Amino acid sequence: MAPPRKRTICMQMLRDQMPKELICKNLTKKYAGTPTALDHVSFTTSSSKGIFALIGRNGAGKTTLTRILATELAPSSGTASINGLDILDDTNELRERMAILPQESRAVAWLTPRQTIYSYLLYRGFDRAESAKRAKNMLERLGMSKYSDTLNRYLSGGLKRKTMIAAILSSDADILFVDEPTTGLDPLSRAELWDVLKEFKKDHFIFLTTHYLEEAEMLADKLCILEKGKTVAMGDIDMLRNKMGYQYSVSIFDKNAKVKPLVGKTVTGHNGKKQIFTTRDEANRLAKDLIEKEKKFSINPVSLDDIFFYLVKKPISEGDEEKGDDYDY
Amino acid sequence: MTTKRRNVFSQLYASILINAIYAMKNYPITLLNTLLAPLSILIVITLISKGTLLGVSIEGALMASMVASGMSIQGDLSHLKNDFKLQDMVVSSPTSSAVYMLGMAISEVIYSLPAFIVLTILAALFIHTTVTGYFILLTVIVLMFIFSISLGFIISTFSTDVMQNWAFSGILSTLLTTIPPIYYTITYIPLPFRYIAYISPTTYAAEIVQNAIGALPLSLTSLALDWAVVLGISLCLLFLAVKKSRWREV
Ligand SMILES: Nc1ncnc2c1ncn2[C@@H]1O[C@H](COP(=O)(O)OP(=O)(O)OP(=O)(O)O)[C@@H](O)[C@H]1O
Ligand SMILES: [Mg+2]
Repeated sequence: MAPPRKRTICMQMLRDQMPKELICKNLTKKYAGTPTALDHVSFTTSSSKGIFALIGRNGAGKTTLTRILATELAPSSGTASINGLDILDDTNELRERMAILPQESRAVAWLTPRQTIYSYLLYRGFDRAESAKRAKNMLERLGMSKYSDTLNRYLSGGLKRKTMIAAILSSDADILFVDEPTTGLDPLSRAELWDVLKEFKKDHFIFLTTHYLEEAEMLADKLCILEKGKTVAMGDIDMLRNKMGYQYSVSIFDKNAKVKPLVGKTVTGHNGKKQIFTTRDEANRLAKDLIEKEKKFSINPVSLDDIFFYLVKKPISEGDEEKGDDYDY
Repeated sequence: MTTKRRNVFSQLYASILINAIYAMKNYPITLLNTLLAPLSILIVITLISKGTLLGVSIEGALMASMVASGMSIQGDLSHLKNDFKLQDMVVSSPTSSAVYMLGMAISEVIYSLPAFIVLTILAALFIHTTVTGYFILLTVIVLMFIFSISLGFIISTFSTDVMQNWAFSGILSTLLTTIPPIYYTITYIPLPFRYIAYISPTTYAAEIVQNAIGALPLSLTSLALDWAVVLGISLCLLFLAVKKSRWREV
């Protein structure tokens, strides 16, 4: 039929002109018999390319949000769209363009890595020759050629995970959902995968969840902290620093040191050090003070770790109040 | 941008590879598995009946292995869905639920090929009937496969754990292939218990086939009723499987 087809093409052209964005509006999910897993999550972020990292504690709702966006799970209420395609109404078009590595996905035991990637690519609709070629290339690229034809059940946990990652990356989907891709990888493999992801993010939109904050900080163009189903903070690392209100962290090795910042918040770090989050000027002043008192200390820009702990576990009291100030993390 | 033509045959082939070919290649023991149960019941019934029920029990074994083959989709799908999260990956891909299901259905047939081949040869040798008779046998068996594969698919989309599926499998295979009179005619069952047998759709299917091969005389009304039940339940379940299955979870 001619008319609907024309309309589809028009819609397509319209979409191509729109800014590529991921828009969540009041996404809410309540599984039967449990507290709300996602609570009116709303945000907008560019989804033309780059990495969007979702971080948060166990049970914060990361996987739930990921699965809803990847059209696997229906939200209880709210809507979302990616590049102008609605997750509920334009499912087929979206599924053409997206691929997911589920958090708990495992390589099927009775397949080899080559067969795993090959069959996944067949599901993506590639013909057999193209699937075989892509599988071979990706195995080479991830340094796995040696294991291509070993049964998955004989591979180590990390290699199995890498096989699954290879499958996703070898598809031509330009929206990739990766739920904790690097869990279980050794430090070297993880670093290798980071390089691959950095390469991919140049022309893919990658929606990443991770518990490795240094990974999120290094890879992500935008970050979102989720806590108990709600977004606590969102933006690039500088925006998160601003949200926290402090740009610098002063760590004092002697936790009994009598130091009182004029501006800022004092906490006891998980390493037992006294840590002060503060502004640039105050960090300067404190540094002079600490040098005079001959105390050992270090100054760093506030890291994602600091922000995460600060926002997810609020300090009991403010550092510029009369008596300080400690909260442990 | 990805506006390429998607190859549906590739998508079907993927399921066949994962669920049949690679599995059979790596675990050859599975080749024996589908053959053993129907063949052993067939032999027992034939021995006890001193050969008189050979034709009927071959028909029964064919039907039982078709139903078992269809039912095994639920364990397989659940395993792939819950333990490997394969289904999640396929949901977020261009493969539709209908194509995924069809591929898996074909894979179950291929997986059970050893049993089908042996039983078909036995049927050709020992069941003496007309061309129409064979045609009816084939039609009913295909309908029973559609019935059991649809049922299996529906159950698998609701299950969250393979343990659950084992329980379902056990209950259903008893209800569908052990209790109903498919290896022998219903006339062997004393009357009040016959009504219990009629709970299972396989009883109606078996009656049609047994009638076609001349083992069970039936009135036209009974035959029509049998066809109505077999057709009705198979097509209803197929419709439900395609329409109501939970591809996107709620
Ligand atoms: N299928 C389900 N049925 C019921 N409750 C669920 C289900 N999946 C998740 N939940 C609940 O929803 C909440 C959010 O879970 P989710 O898996 O999204 O968290 P997460 O942030 O991914 O955690 P993790 O870091 O441990 O992976 C949790 O309280 C969890 O118990
Ligand atoms: Mg998770």
